[in-house]
Amino acid sequence: MSSVTQAETQSSVLPEPVYRWISDWGEMVVDALMTLGDMAIFSWRMFVWMFKAWPRKGTILPNFYHVGVLSLPVVALTGTFIGMVLAVQSFVQFQNIGLESRLGAVINMSLVRELGPVLAATMLAGRVGSAMAAVLGTMRVTEQIDALTSMGANPIHYLVVPRFLACILLIPALTIMADFMGIVGGYFYSVVMLQIDHYQYLNNSRQFVGGWDFFMGIFKSFFFGGTIAIVSCYRGFHCQAGAEGVGRAATAAFVFSFVLILGIDLILNIFLDAVYAAIWPQGAKLF
Amino acid sequence: MTDSSTNVDLDALAADQASTPLVELRSMTLQFAKQTILNNINLTIPRGQTVVVIGESGCGKTMLLKSIVGLIKPTSGQVLFAGQNIHQMGDVEMTRLRRKFGFVFQNAALFDSMTIGQNVAFPLVQHNIASGRRLSRIISERLAEVGLPDNVSHKRPAELSGGMRKRVGLARALVLNPELMLYDEPTTGLDPIMSDVINELMMRTRAGAGVTSLIITHDMRTAKKVADRVVMLYPFARLKPGESQIIYDGAPEGLESCADKRVKQFVNGEAGERLMELRKSAFDGFDETPAVADKYSR
Repeated sequence: MSSVTQAETQSSVLPEPVYRWISDWGEMVVDALMTLGDMAIFSWRMFVWMFKAWPRKGTILPNFYHVGVLSLPVVALTGTFIGMVLAVQSFVQFQNIGLESRLGAVINMSLVRELGPVLAATMLAGRVGSAMAAVLGTMRVTEQIDALTSMGANPIHYLVVPRFLACILLIPALTIMADFMGIVGGYFYSVVMLQIDHYQYLNNSRQFVGGWDFFMGIFKSFFFGGTIAIVSCYRGFHCQAGAEGVGRAATAAFVFSFVLILGIDLILNIFLDAVYAAIWPQGAKLF
Repeated sequence: MTDSSTNVDLDALAADQASTPLVELRSMTLQFAKQTILNNINLTIPRGQTVVVIGESGCGKTMLLKSIVGLIKPTSGQVLFAGQNIHQMGDVEMTRLRRKFGFVFQNAALFDSMTIGQNVAFPLVQHNIASGRRLSRIISERLAEVGLPDNVSHKRPAELSGGMRKRVGLARALVLNPELMLYDEPTTGLDPIMSDVINELMMRTRAGAGVTSLIITHDMRTAKKVADRVVMLYPFARLKPGESQIIYDGAPEGLESCADKRVKQFVNGEAGERLMELRKSAFDGFDETPAVADKYSR
């Protein structure tokens, strides 16, 4: 009775659409905060289990194979194309200002600092993250997770920890592969197709791209891998019933991971630039 | 302390353990959001008893089972297993305790990613109980006990029929020799012959090892055949104020002569006025506002 009176009072103060709009947004904010809190607890439990008991080889190795070995070809292929696309895109602009010989520095810098890790993470989120959410979601709706629990296995320890380890430990390898193939693709298109001088291309790359740039890319990739695993497993564990629920979990796993990857990328770039400036105020390179 | 006094203490302890009910629910209430599923349930299951829980769909039978095994935490009240409150246990203690439970899920809940053999072996491997030849011998024995040949162990769950999957689920639940077996609609979706095979298996399980069993079913043949005691739950939303949610608790033989019309109706499978009630509540809930009308024409 009191809630009806309250609603009537509210709607008499505010026009109905405005009242509904505010209430919808309020509900969305509360939901988002609850999801965030829930995800934080989920991550905490995952870390606790990771240090409490190391998962069995039988649960780790298939995940390593799925995340690492099976992702390698697609990461290598997309890395090659990205390197070539960068060469195509940059060439005309740099030629207009007479700096086409510097193309190697631009392509390789962009690749190792930004595109390599982000591309590897995106491919991992699309290929592995959504599959993780779909598999765990299906296990949830078919009571397989309940069955695991009822037999004395902790589902976070058994299902989430191996996936998390596979993602954070193998994403640096995938990033290195994306970097390497991107560099090869960029070199091939610039030197072979666009006839840029081989020596100038490599010399400029060596001059501008240093160890710190590689370190940045690899360092960021650990965070990307961890984010993909946690978001995807969380989405799978909290999947709604039915085929539509599993589909939604898989889509949400990719979308959430991708948005978070870009957000984390921005924060880490700002942080790492500040670290670099603090360690080398004169702009010296790590190697 | 003398030897005789030690023996007396141990005997007293054993007698005390034997007299403690295996499962005890004390004023257990379970709510989701604002919906009450189970309200103030009090139930005691002594060791070795086979209790069948019946009741119409949505009355909270599965939730009751999941609360007992610790998969769902009740909103209030206690769930005791051998005198210990399971919802106050830590992760490690709970994991150890779950070795004493065997749970047969409604759709078997076999792991798709594993073979049948790996499914049955899972609890043994998980708790480091057996490996190598001993493990494979146990798997073959357990599969044979439920009437499945050894060559099934290399197949995937998707390759088996519903009845075979249920039997694998039973073999997996029994592999750790549990003290308490929980069955969630074990005969649903099976033909009459296979249903009776499952009934026989449940009875053999009890006769062989004296396992305490809690069975949820809609199948009155199963209830009458395997139960020592039948408990009927009624949906909380349809109870009269102050009424208990357990509307029958007694021997299976007493079901037919029960004075409660709702029990008789369920046992005989008669809809009675139920359809009229459902239609009335559905028509009463009609919402003809433009927002709802638009929902379907979009």
